[in-house]
Amino acid sequence: MTMQDVAGQTATKPKLALYWAASCGGCEIAILELHEKVLEVPANFDLVFWPVAMDVKYADVEGMEPDSIDLCLFNGAIRTSENEHLAQVLREKSKTLVAFGSCAMEGCIPGLANATTKEAIFNAAYHASPSTVNPDRVEPQTIWDLPEGQVSLPTFFESVKTLDQVVDVDYFIPGCPPEAHRIWEVIELIVSGGPLPPPGAVIGAGDQTVCEECLRTREEKRIKEFVRPHQIIADPELCLLDQGIVCMGPATRSGCGGLCVGAGSPCRGCYGPPPNVRDQGLNMMSALASVVDATEATEIQAILDQIADPVGTFHRFSLPHSTFGRVQP
Amino acid sequence: MPENGFNPKIVGFLCNWCAYSGADLAGVSRIQSSPTLRPIRVMCSGRIDPGFVFTALKSGADGVLLAGCHPGDCHYSEGNYLCLRRTLMMKKLLGGFGIDEERLRLEWISASEGDKYSKVSWEMENRIRELGPLELKQ
Ligand code: FES
Repeated sequence: MTMQDVAGQTATKPKLALYWAASCGGCEIAILELHEKVLEVPANFDLVFWPVAMDVKYADVEGMEPDSIDLCLFNGAIRTSENEHLAQVLREKSKTLVAFGSCAMEGCIPGLANATTKEAIFNAAYHASPSTVNPDRVEPQTIWDLPEGQVSLPTFFESVKTLDQVVDVDYFIPGCPPEAHRIWEVIELIVSGGPLPPPGAVIGAGDQTVCEECLRTREEKRIKEFVRPHQIIADPELCLLDQGIVCMGPATRSGCGGLCVGAGSPCRGCYGPPPNVRDQGLNMMSALASVVDATEATEIQAILDQIADPVGTFHRFSLPHSTFGRVQP
Repeated sequence: MPENGFNPKIVGFLCNWCAYSGADLAGVSRIQSSPTLRPIRVMCSGRIDPGFVFTALKSGADGVLLAGCHPGDCHYSEGNYLCLRRTLMMKKLLGGFGIDEERLRLEWISASEGDKYSKVSWEMENRIRELGPLELKQ
């Protein structure tokens, strides 16, 4: 379709949509982190939907023709019926739907809600938190009748889902948030009209593990004790895992450039599992099992007991995408 | 034999050199083993990826038995120690996921211990019957 550009000339540009579901807004900021290049986004695309930056109503998107959006970057997990509805609408309207960032791809931090239940979350949010005063025990209702008419709120689901658990997804861009230069690579690739990777591919990332990007010195790993980062002053040159800190590097896809490990903090796993690994947490568990330096059950157990919160540590970014998807209530 | 309509499904991953031979011996010696246990042969208990166990439980198994050579006897020298570390780690993680860790059991069974294989299979069936079917919520 043609449109008027700033100079008043007509130009044909691919249509771009950006949406946020259950997310923190960091993925939107990652786009702004393109700095001056962000101006090239509207220069190359016709931005048709971006709730965080422009005033567009859901009805506008719902009224679009199927496949009329060329590229949709969808960030955020599926927490409510509103998120799910927009996922379905944007799937129908978009030629290429990309799960943008860890929340849409794997569930990420919002997905840690799958370690508890909807009931417990409502109880904490509306009753138990110290700053809440709610003597009438009011909780949000999805439908409510008022004299002026009926009002409604989206349904809060029992579990957080990933985008590909509700609709078909063409590509996945990992990261919490995706690194700006990686986003740019993807935009350039699409603008250039070059051959696209096969559907279902992870794009804007590497195909190794974070360890390959980490500059720290690795030794033959033999771990007798796990420590948490605040318990030691870690050597700045040595592999953090060698020092007993649970670093998700061996079970995380490369692509970030080893930012956290470079800054002295262990990798938390936000770029998701490396190629050909389905369950990042189990992959990490296997890696750790190989380096624990003990052969007696009681000794092994004592070492493992030093790992606090294994589900939240190994599946910090991938709980909804893990084999079980949630902690059993 | 279904009891209260519940017929447990137990998947066993048995190493080729000891545990599977032990199961074989139980068979040729006509020692009855629990029919709820479905053995899968792997080359070594160290080959059992945690993904096998979790996928089995996710796909309908009510319990998983891992069995390998006794400590010091692994055909590949250290695979069973790796399996032991992984098993303890998996039990910890299963607990974190709200799944009874007794649904996973590790045993060392030598090629001459057909009777032990049989005994373990019945014990496992009984324990899984007590725990009931594994019903996973999405
Ligand atoms: S061969 Fe039996 S445990 Fe390794």
